[in-house]
Amino acid sequence: MPDVLQKNPENTAAAPAAAAPEKARSLWGDAVATLLRSPVFLISGLLILLLLTVAFWPGLFTSMSPYDCDLAHSRQGSAPGHPFGFDVQGCDVYARTLYGAKASVEVGVFVTAGVFLLGGLLGMLAGFFGGWWDSLLSRITDIFFGIPIVLGGLVILSVIKANTVWPVIGFMIAFGWPPIARVARGSVITVKQQDFVQAAKALGAGNGRIMLRHIVPNAVAPVIVVSTIALGTYISLEATLSFLGVGLQPPTVSWGQDISTAAAQYRNAPHMLLWPAGALSLTVLSFIMLGEAVRGALDPKQR
Amino acid sequence: MGRYVIRRLLQMVPVFLGTTFLIFAMVHVLGDPVAAMFGDRTPDPATAAAIRHDLGLDLPLWQQYLNYLGDIVQGDFGKAFNGQPVTELMGTAFPVTLKLTLVAIVFEAVIGVALGMISGLRPGGFADNGALAFTLLIISVPTFVTGYLLQYLLGVKWGVINVSVSSETGIGELLIPGLVVAGVSLAYVTRLTRTSVAENMRTDYLRTAVAKGLPRRRVVGVHLMRNSLIPVVTFVGADIGSLMAGAIITERIFNIHGVGFQLYNGVLRQNVQTVVGFVTVLVLVFLLANLLVDLLYAVLDPRIRYA
Amino acid sequence: MRGAKSAKWVAAAIVVATAATACGSSDDSSGSGGGGGGNVVRASWADPQNPLEPANTNEVQGGKVLDMIFEGLKVYNPKTGAAEDAMAESIDSKDQQNFTIKVKDGYKFSDGTAVTAKSYVDAWNYGALVTNKQNSSYFFSDIKGYDEVHPADETSKPSAKTMSGLKLVDDSTFTVALKTKASTWPERLGYKAFAPLPEMFFTDHAAYLAKPVGNGPYKVDSYTKGTGLKLSVNENYGGESKPANDGVELKVYTDNNTAYNDLQAGNIDLVDDIPAAQLGNAESDLQGRFINQPAGIIQTVSFPLYKGEWNKPGMEKVRQGLSMAIDREAITKQIFQGSRTPASDLTSPAIGVDGGFKEGLAGDTVKYDPAKAKALITEGGGIPGGKFTISSNADTGSHKDWIDAVCNSINKTMGDNVCTANMVGTFGDFRNQVVNEKIDGLFRTGWQMDYPLIENFITPLYTTNGSSNDAKYSNPKVDQLVAQANAEPDTKKAISLFQDAERQVIADMPIIPLWYQNGTAGYSDRVENVQLNPFSVPVFTDITVK
Repeated sequence: MPDVLQKNPENTAAAPAAAAPEKARSLWGDAVATLLRSPVFLISGLLILLLLTVAFWPGLFTSMSPYDCDLAHSRQGSAPGHPFGFDVQGCDVYARTLYGAKASVEVGVFVTAGVFLLGGLLGMLAGFFGGWWDSLLSRITDIFFGIPIVLGGLVILSVIKANTVWPVIGFMIAFGWPPIARVARGSVITVKQQDFVQAAKALGAGNGRIMLRHIVPNAVAPVIVVSTIALGTYISLEATLSFLGVGLQPPTVSWGQDISTAAAQYRNAPHMLLWPAGALSLTVLSFIMLGEAVRGALDPKQR
Repeated sequence: MGRYVIRRLLQMVPVFLGTTFLIFAMVHVLGDPVAAMFGDRTPDPATAAAIRHDLGLDLPLWQQYLNYLGDIVQGDFGKAFNGQPVTELMGTAFPVTLKLTLVAIVFEAVIGVALGMISGLRPGGFADNGALAFTLLIISVPTFVTGYLLQYLLGVKWGVINVSVSSETGIGELLIPGLVVAGVSLAYVTRLTRTSVAENMRTDYLRTAVAKGLPRRRVVGVHLMRNSLIPVVTFVGADIGSLMAGAIITERIFNIHGVGFQLYNGVLRQNVQTVVGFVTVLVLVFLLANLLVDLLYAVLDPRIRYA
Repeated sequence: MRGAKSAKWVAAAIVVATAATACGSSDDSSGSGGGGGGNVVRASWADPQNPLEPANTNEVQGGKVLDMIFEGLKVYNPKTGAAEDAMAESIDSKDQQNFTIKVKDGYKFSDGTAVTAKSYVDAWNYGALVTNKQNSSYFFSDIKGYDEVHPADETSKPSAKTMSGLKLVDDSTFTVALKTKASTWPERLGYKAFAPLPEMFFTDHAAYLAKPVGNGPYKVDSYTKGTGLKLSVNENYGGESKPANDGVELKVYTDNNTAYNDLQAGNIDLVDDIPAAQLGNAESDLQGRFINQPAGIIQTVSFPLYKGEWNKPGMEKVRQGLSMAIDREAITKQIFQGSRTPASDLTSPAIGVDGGFKEGLAGDTVKYDPAKAKALITEGGGIPGGKFTISSNADTGSHKDWIDAVCNSINKTMGDNVCTANMVGTFGDFRNQVVNEKIDGLFRTGWQMDYPLIENFITPLYTTNGSSNDAKYSNPKVDQLVAQANAEPDTKKAISLFQDAERQVIADMPIIPLWYQNGTAGYSDRVENVQLNPFSVPVFTDITVK
């Protein structure tokens, strides 16, 4: 999540005064120092590191291919060399769980990043400037909020085939940002009214400086919390779209596809559901813990 | 305040137009619904052309949209392909989904806020970690898995609940589907409340309240709750709309013939009339809910004033 | 002041809570079920897409109801599938082209009006007229004068309202003149598009749509679209299939998995489509109350012959090779749990050997033989473009599982990832792409028979411009054999001609025959005598309730 924040265009574009960058660095520097002392951050960081390793170099952990399937083994439980058993097609569940990490992690991370940036930015602008800006941006938010995301996916992804992860990611960002924008707006409105912001304003600070120095650090916590929880739901949503038949398509391997196939088999082959779903839960856990740690570090009141 | 409300009501008009057009165009992009009516058989071109003409599908998109708008202004939402007026479908579907949403909101608010308070009052404690594990479990398992498993275990194996919801849709039958629908939102509410409570615990006014010797019950129940629930109220309010529409999977699994069911069928059959009609009403519900949330904001937080 | 406010909230919460419990308790007493008399069969159903008009219903769910509320000139024997006279006294022809039909006297619709020859003539004319937009119009296309009421061109208007080939002789007799000879034509008359219609269908169409009126064993009591339909015994019914129960209640399910769970919980009595994933445990769950028998359905995969690269000379070897690269035995066993049988001809065992089914007609071309398959594909010039997809819709049926399995089988044979599934979100979108020749690769096709005759498995699918020839296959030799077979008065000879046509199709391999689909059903211990007819529809009239 920290690198997501650094990608925020506000960081570089909106800092007006020459003195600001040094002070800004010290704020974020403090945050990093706090993070490094936090056991929650260290544990979740390690888990995420492991996850990323699995996602990008699954071959390190298995010599089997997720495409090497033999129907004769269909739905069988664990066997020597195949610790997690086989799925419906007789593919090795262990290999598929490892190879499926990539698509799911990509969907989760990129959608969260995109939604965080787009929703956060629009929400902040609406909340900060208020008035006409707020009306316009909030109404655009409403338009996209009004269309149920599963329904949108059913329609959009029926037309655009998701042979890679990118159509799914693009769709989820396009329809997923409104909740984040709302939370960001609400949070910015609350912070904006606080004394220190009013004081900064009275001292003649520019809008960019106020937003970056005062609003962002104080208003970002709820957005990070909602975003990290949302990360898990995006991975879940990919599975739901697969369940409706419009999610990721083969040859891409993903937990979503495997969970949706396994859900139908829950009575005859529960192991098919257990492993990809377990991997998904662990991923969500890691990111929520990370989000908690970052929130704590970014909250000036806590220090 | 009155002027603010009127302004907001007026602003709903462009949102309404924007959303209906967006969904209209989306369903349109799905393509020609006529082929599906002929099943696995190649449509007879003359019959297909007659059906298309009848549905106005031979007109350009903008003209179809204008015609549609003209009709709904007069209260005519068109007909589903089986000949049933869409308003009739709405009349049966919305009450059902409204009940389901109500159940879900109650779960979300009661369980979510309670869990959030417990974990927020003692961050890092046993209860906090327990709540974290619980919300995590809910988020990480996709709805269709939770739905199928609960249905099988509670409905078939142990016979505690009805497997499917009857056409009378009593609230009792909707408890489990409601819990499934509330799932992810419940997790959100828990996390939001926890964050908010933890933050407000450190504020001056709370310290003052404690210092002046108010009983803990009053500190937590009045001062802390009231201020901590502001972001939660926003979320729950905004969630009403998505809950009503987001039950596509749950309504399918528990065979609830509500809005999600109609939307799903509508998309599968590419029935513009049904899908756009339902989304139109959903958008209205959602906009009104949003307005109410914003007004509640002002009630809950005296610092916010609308003019 | 604050206290007052929170008191209001508490009060509101109490109101909500009491409302919830009140609704909850009132619900307990009503429970599920309901329906008219005591011995009502409760069965699963899916919402029919089109209104319940006989000539406008072409799928099983609507057909299921029409079967119960209409009885045509012929009915298909639920066991053998043979067409037997029902409402017809006699159907005679000297030349296989002009038919004289005598209708039995004294039968009535459920509204008390008489079923006469006019009921048929009016119904068929209604079904054929293009402005009535009936999607099964083509069933009347063999009748003289069809082209005037239903011009093929989409812009021209019909020049007549009734078909010249239909003539009313008297109250109980009418004649039919066909465009060409068709010896098996009378046997098609069991299809529900040929059902008679009551006067009120034409005079008060809205009332008909709300509550259809027919001449079958059951009558509609109430029809709540999207929820269910209640049927009770039609007292005016004079035919032979009198119901052994008091009625049928059809309940709409969106997900057949839910219907199956409801069956296990005892909330419904009959589910006639068991989800594939549950087939493995259905036998034990239902303790033998489980049916798995051949139905008139064959599943195939079609080649896009409208694409030049799949239609070049020599490609038939590639097409046959791909057919031989599919391990049908393993797939039907593992994916379908034995609810499909590997196909070895182009018909279905449900029509019986006498009806034209011939096991093994396709010979080696449907036998799994990886070595030969690979050799044939190489010999034919290889797969166009090196790889291909198999498309299907994702919303109905569990197609992805078997398509993945078929692709895995082909990929294993080729030793390379040449085949992937391409799932299209909705059935409508998928059919549009098929019909408009938008699919570049292979695609799922299937055929559910309209009537149990070999003709129905060949003519619409493999003749040039056949109504369901999605592969756009065309071979004059096949067309000629089919025309010959249709003109042949001797049924045995006609069947043998159709089988010759079938052999030619197999040699060209425009489609890959995969497997015959079984009808599956499960029922509760509350009902007995449950069976499926060759169309995989339960024979409701025979079901008894304990």
